[in-house]
Amino acid sequence: MVNKTDIVIAGVGQLPIAEHWETSLRSMAIRAIRAAITDSGNLKPQAILVGNMLASTLSQQAHLGTLLADYSGLSGIEAVTIEAGGASGGAALHQGFLAVSSGQVEVALIVGVEKFTDTVGSEGESAISTIEDADYEAIHGLTPTAQAALLARRYGHEYKLPANGLAGFPLIAHANGARNSNAMYRKAISLETYQKAELVCDPLNLYDVAPLGDGAAAIILTRRDLLADGSNTPVIRIAASTINSDTLSLADRDDPLWFSAAQTSAEQAYLSAGIKPQQVNFFEYHDAYSIFAALSLEAAGFAARGQGWQLADNRSISLTGKIPCATQGGLKARGYPGGGTGIYQAVEATLQLRGLAGGNQIPNSKTALIQSLSGPASIAVTHILVREE
Amino acid sequence: MEIARHWRLKKQRYNLVGSICPNCKEKYFPPREICPKCSSEISDEFAFSGNGEIYSFTLMYDAPSGFDETAPYSVALVKLEEGPLVTAQLTDLGDTQPEIGMRVEMVTRRLRSDGDERGMLIYGYKFRPLLRI
Repeated sequence: MVNKTDIVIAGVGQLPIAEHWETSLRSMAIRAIRAAITDSGNLKPQAILVGNMLASTLSQQAHLGTLLADYSGLSGIEAVTIEAGGASGGAALHQGFLAVSSGQVEVALIVGVEKFTDTVGSEGESAISTIEDADYEAIHGLTPTAQAALLARRYGHEYKLPANGLAGFPLIAHANGARNSNAMYRKAISLETYQKAELVCDPLNLYDVAPLGDGAAAIILTRRDLLADGSNTPVIRIAASTINSDTLSLADRDDPLWFSAAQTSAEQAYLSAGIKPQQVNFFEYHDAYSIFAALSLEAAGFAARGQGWQLADNRSISLTGKIPCATQGGLKARGYPGGGTGIYQAVEATLQLRGLAGGNQIPNSKTALIQSLSGPASIAVTHILVREE
Repeated sequence: MEIARHWRLKKQRYNLVGSICPNCKEKYFPPREICPKCSSEISDEFAFSGNGEIYSFTLMYDAPSGFDETAPYSVALVKLEEGPLVTAQLTDLGDTQPEIGMRVEMVTRRLRSDGDERGMLIYGYKFRPLLRI
């Protein structure tokens, strides 16, 4: 049954993730915005919501809503930035969903953008640590990568993780990334390459950590009854949009090895969409670190506690597996564009559901689960996208 | 310069002063003004002993600014004997390899230098292997 008030993704746009030295934050965002508006059949946005994490620090630029509305020729419309750390893009999409659901906004433009290369070196590491508890984590020299390393070591200890137990995550991500023209790293890696990689933050090696990259991606949301008639593009509906928080600091959790916000957010999303995990055709998780992928699979109900890593080890998360993940390379190979990440996930899932995923296409996929996290799931944003027949 | 921001945390940095909920008796470090378990308002302080054990640890090679000169360094989650976990660096390790479950105790050390030689030195807690006396 077609519900006219369904919220649908009418247009998508993305830039390749890279070190875009020659392109400014605003130019990157505007290119993604133009691509999404064109893809939507030139719908006219009434609001722009920007997902961004660190422009204030890395580019000394706040007030992105107004800047991007102005420079994309949309001056005059509602324009704000949504910040939820690394989940800013997902959170902006959620706010767009609420705006269009409310009826106050008929067409919303959501753009996720991050420009890491405006600041390099240890200043950049410091900027990234501002998503943590400044007084009780960052002041001790803890970085988000170190948080993940603490989890990985404890996970290995509690669940008797074998050597290279997490290797399957980057291996599968890189295999998929090799077929994604927008990916930062387009080369498959071998287990031997993984084993030889240098330690970044013991026990995490280079391939357990997603690379930071500049990126911008955009989405046009609208109501189903406002779509142009006669389009051949499959309708992609947002069947659920949920967001939940946990403690900011990892140390403040009773059970650090359980991504509670990710679990709650996924559970509420399944309930809202009226589906079970078994009906999900693919899962775009937040694999900023390979350990996060394992914990996300457990939280979203695809594996029992302590067994998430096995889904990579036995290749269940590959394109032909039971629950394909990171189908365009994930954060690991496509790259991690900070607050833009949640929008990239939604763009990739939309293209996958439209049948436009190229070499990474999963045949007949109808239902996508995407989850955007900040830090060790200090916040989790979950969306379920469904292709309407 | 961020003098007030660090000065106001001196009880926590030098003495591990947290708080205890007057209702459910849960102890917190860092201190909280609202109990996450029972929503009571908290005004009672609680000084932790500084004894605990390593819950997890890592060795960091890529340091943020202010920590470059001490890299590589170890950061841990320490489970205090009164219950809470605390994030802190490990220090005075010598040839000792840290491991999960190792007994540690709080000491005061320099956490970070703020800028150049005229910048502020920030002191606070770190944890070292328990001295056997």
